[in-house]
Amino acid sequence: MTMSEKIDHEELGLKVGLEIHQQLDTEKLFCGCPSEMVEDEDGTVLRYLRPTESELGDVDRAALMEAQKGLKFRYQTPESSSCLVELDEEPPHGPDEEALDIAITMALFMDAEMIEEIHFMRKIVIDGSNTTGFQRTALLAIDGALDVNGKKIGIPTMCLEEDAARSVEEEDGVKVYRLDRSGIPLVEIATDPDITSPQEAKEVAQKIGALFRSTKKVKRGIGSIREDLNVSIEEGARVEMKGVQELYMLPEYVEKEVTRQVTLLEIRDVLDKRDAKVQEKIYDVTEDLKECESSIIRGNLKRGKGVYALKLEGFDGQLRGEDGEALLGPELAEYAKKTGVAGIFHSDELPKFGITEKEMKAVEERLDIGEKDAYALVTAAEEDSKDALQNVIERAKMALKGVPEETRQARPDGTSVFLRPLSGEARMYPETDIPPKKVESTRLKRLTDELPERPDEKIERYQEEYGLNEQQSRQLFRKGYDLLFEKIVEEHGSPSVATNMFLHTYPDLEKEGFEVKNINKEELLEIFRRFRSKEFAKEGIPDILKGVSQGRSVDEALDAAGLESVGEEDIREKVVELIQDRSDFVEERKMGAIGPLMGVLMKELKGKADGEKISEILKEEIEKRI
Amino acid sequence: MVLREELLGDAEVGDKVRIKKESQSYEGILMPSHRFSKKDVITLKLKNGYNIGVVCEEDTGIEVIKKSKKRTEKKERRIEIDEDKPKISILGTGGTIASYVEYRTGAVHPAQTADDLLYSNPEIAERCEPEVEILFSKLSEDIVPKDWVTIADRVVEILEEGTRGVVVSHGTDTMSYTSAALSFLLHGLSKPVVLVGSQRSSDRPSSDAHLNLLAAVELAGSDRPGVHVVMHDSMSDERCAVHRGTKVRKMHTSRRDAFESINERPLGYVYPNTGEVEFEEEKKVEVKKGLERKGGIDERVSLLYANPGLTQEDIRDAGKKEGVVIAGTGLGHMNTNLIPALKEVIEEGTPVIMTSQCLYGTVNGHVYSAGRELKEAGVIFAGDMLPETAMVKLMWALTLDEEVEKVMKENISGEYTCRRVR
Ligand SMILES: [Zn+2]
Repeated sequence: MTMSEKIDHEELGLKVGLEIHQQLDTEKLFCGCPSEMVEDEDGTVLRYLRPTESELGDVDRAALMEAQKGLKFRYQTPESSSCLVELDEEPPHGPDEEALDIAITMALFMDAEMIEEIHFMRKIVIDGSNTTGFQRTALLAIDGALDVNGKKIGIPTMCLEEDAARSVEEEDGVKVYRLDRSGIPLVEIATDPDITSPQEAKEVAQKIGALFRSTKKVKRGIGSIREDLNVSIEEGARVEMKGVQELYMLPEYVEKEVTRQVTLLEIRDVLDKRDAKVQEKIYDVTEDLKECESSIIRGNLKRGKGVYALKLEGFDGQLRGEDGEALLGPELAEYAKKTGVAGIFHSDELPKFGITEKEMKAVEERLDIGEKDAYALVTAAEEDSKDALQNVIERAKMALKGVPEETRQARPDGTSVFLRPLSGEARMYPETDIPPKKVESTRLKRLTDELPERPDEKIERYQEEYGLNEQQSRQLFRKGYDLLFEKIVEEHGSPSVATNMFLHTYPDLEKEGFEVKNINKEELLEIFRRFRSKEFAKEGIPDILKGVSQGRSVDEALDAAGLESVGEEDIREKVVELIQDRSDFVEERKMGAIGPLMGVLMKELKGKADGEKISEILKEEIEKRI
Repeated sequence: MVLREELLGDAEVGDKVRIKKESQSYEGILMPSHRFSKKDVITLKLKNGYNIGVVCEEDTGIEVIKKSKKRTEKKERRIEIDEDKPKISILGTGGTIASYVEYRTGAVHPAQTADDLLYSNPEIAERCEPEVEILFSKLSEDIVPKDWVTIADRVVEILEEGTRGVVVSHGTDTMSYTSAALSFLLHGLSKPVVLVGSQRSSDRPSSDAHLNLLAAVELAGSDRPGVHVVMHDSMSDERCAVHRGTKVRKMHTSRRDAFESINERPLGYVYPNTGEVEFEEEKKVEVKKGLERKGGIDERVSLLYANPGLTQEDIRDAGKKEGVVIAGTGLGHMNTNLIPALKEVIEEGTPVIMTSQCLYGTVNGHVYSAGRELKEAGVIFAGDMLPETAMVKLMWALTLDEEVEKVMKENISGEYTCRRVR
């Protein structure tokens, strides 16, 4: 098998599109609940979801597949961040105006065309993550664009939608969700598949993330921004990958998906050459495995279940590679699991799991397995086994054609797992409970006037205006301190002291366990006002921050730190005293004594006097001596 | 403002159109207007499935790219009916329990045919031999007293044809009025009559309709006679409560467990997933002879809500009808200044019934002087009967050849609870 080291993404015709979902830091979209994640569960409510029938009496292919798994769900209903609306026990209220403002601001950033009257839609989702069985979403703007490293990336659509409930556990096969996340506003930004390299996917996501942050009204931290990826290569298929939470891993997800598609294409070629076939017949092989050592099979047989087999003609060696690398095997298993079985056994991995060569032989005889053939086994009740193998048949047939279009769930290790077939587009119908919303020109004008400074412009300006370097400027923005920083500098100057505080002192204190986020803007301004009037030296700032972070006032923190400022006269007195004490040392080392003596003085005067000032006086006094 | 009708010309809903504006053009399927859309907005479904509203302006142009094809006929649907199972009749009167969504437009339609209802609830046919009939299709708020009589007559006919029980699907807003009416109109009832509705329309994946309907079918197949309302017992899709037709009331605007038995516990519960029906107390089935619709409905009854702003004028207006029910304050009171006007009404021969707007608890005309004065004026105190039930009962009593006061005081269909334990 060829593997990733040989992969030339451009030659393969890699195309990647992103869908970025960012949680907004406002109230929930359709009720007044705070959009906070909480620890309490409060009550729980049990619900069923049924696929609804469309006009033609068809349910969506993807919906049907989910339905096979049984649609019973349990919802935790924390009262502090969910109400009857999230429970689908009260109709939605109108959309949150602040959330709408932020979404429009993002559209303005992307020079997108605003939809004149916004209509909320119901997008059918019956995996239980929405109590209603649908997600409310509205198209807000179209035809935007973004410049990333000089390349234009199209932004075809921007939507405002509600977040889904948070999956917390699975209890006796029933999925349990918590409603705290349900209804948090999300802005969804989709890009065209203009991205052509794994690295570029990350750069585009970073750019969009920075724009979001510049609105100052977005949630931060894990899970607050989620990426879906669309990945395809020329001969492969469009695969949608859901739920990437770590932006830095985007390139890895793209690379691994490309490798997966390339592998599937290679398998297709092999199967094609062998004229491989998938039989529809399902064999009962319970008899052949009745003595089997496998504990799973044993247990199942004891409970009256059986073992069933499917012949895969020409598939030998294509389920699992010679070096143990996963090929088609996991793909078949993932489809089988959708029916509720634990998985499959397949011939490429046998003998193993307590299934012996002798038992294999019996199965092979029954199925008439030839040299190039493979087979898959499922152990469960007869009906369940047949359902599972039916899905395996379906997936194996797709392997003959190459890469199936599907939606996959991103896993934390950079790989992904089959979720459902790619959804069709007929899954949306109007949300009749929410009146359409006209975007008035006065609103657009107001938001255009208030448009935040773009991240790139800001980072450039910091370098010019405050003499910071690019990295410092970027970090101040990325960590969200830019507005505070500007306010401090505007009122009290000292950009380098402020930068140092945010980028170094803050992380240090956090590591020591101080909650610097408790320090508010007024307190910071007060600290810098006093610093400017020389009540203490910059070395004193960390101690004051410690105090304030623990709930003290600036005054109290100053006192507690013992930071009454020491004047020049007092410093000189201390210096002279020290030089006299250590006169031998000074005689001997001359100017070389400055370093060690400085250390002693800094310890003694820490935070009460400016280091540069001390050094200056020390130098003067030593010069007088020698 | 350019109205959409002027601009649309002969473009019709369902046509594929292109709308051109100064800076943008949109291609999509022309949709019916959202009921809350502004008059100058065209609704378009884009290829990605989203609807958008486009404002019509002077320079807006529209071009039909492709006329819509006539709608394809609905697929033939067939639900296997097992004639060995107990026969249950399902009588549709409207509401959202059997509605379906037209995905193309998003419009929600009530089930028009028996098959519509059965097809969206196929499990029903696993439990009984259903006979579905759409009697009429009305929103609950549009139901009028005449409709109660229509339903009662049809129920009598159906039961005489030998079905095991009848399920009446009904909108929820006025369901308890209908259940009270049927409780009085159906005389000699020895089989179950079950009213059922839904708080979330059945076109939604999370609808409560399905569970409620299954519960109703189970109850209709049981041997518990009487008129009942069956709805969700909690916000969970677990069990449904069985309420007496005269004691039930919608107590929440939107929750699926909005229906409650007032002044008594629910009579029982149905677990639709297992089919189990359980009752608090056994009820002897008295095999009554001669099921008939007894009496009729005289809709000329007013229901007055006592409040500090009520005037003598209001009393006299209400008294112009054939009967008056008052939802009094507290134990069954109203401003004593109004009592003379009330007395006039009663003296003219119009019965006046006193209930309480507290709903919970019983009225009592002996505790305070206001109560005593009302009694002296001839007001009939109606115990813990719900104001709406009293109104329906009075409408019925007025059509009987019996003394109204005597009928009103008699406990005919469990409308009075003598003991209240909570
Ligand atoms: Zn809420």
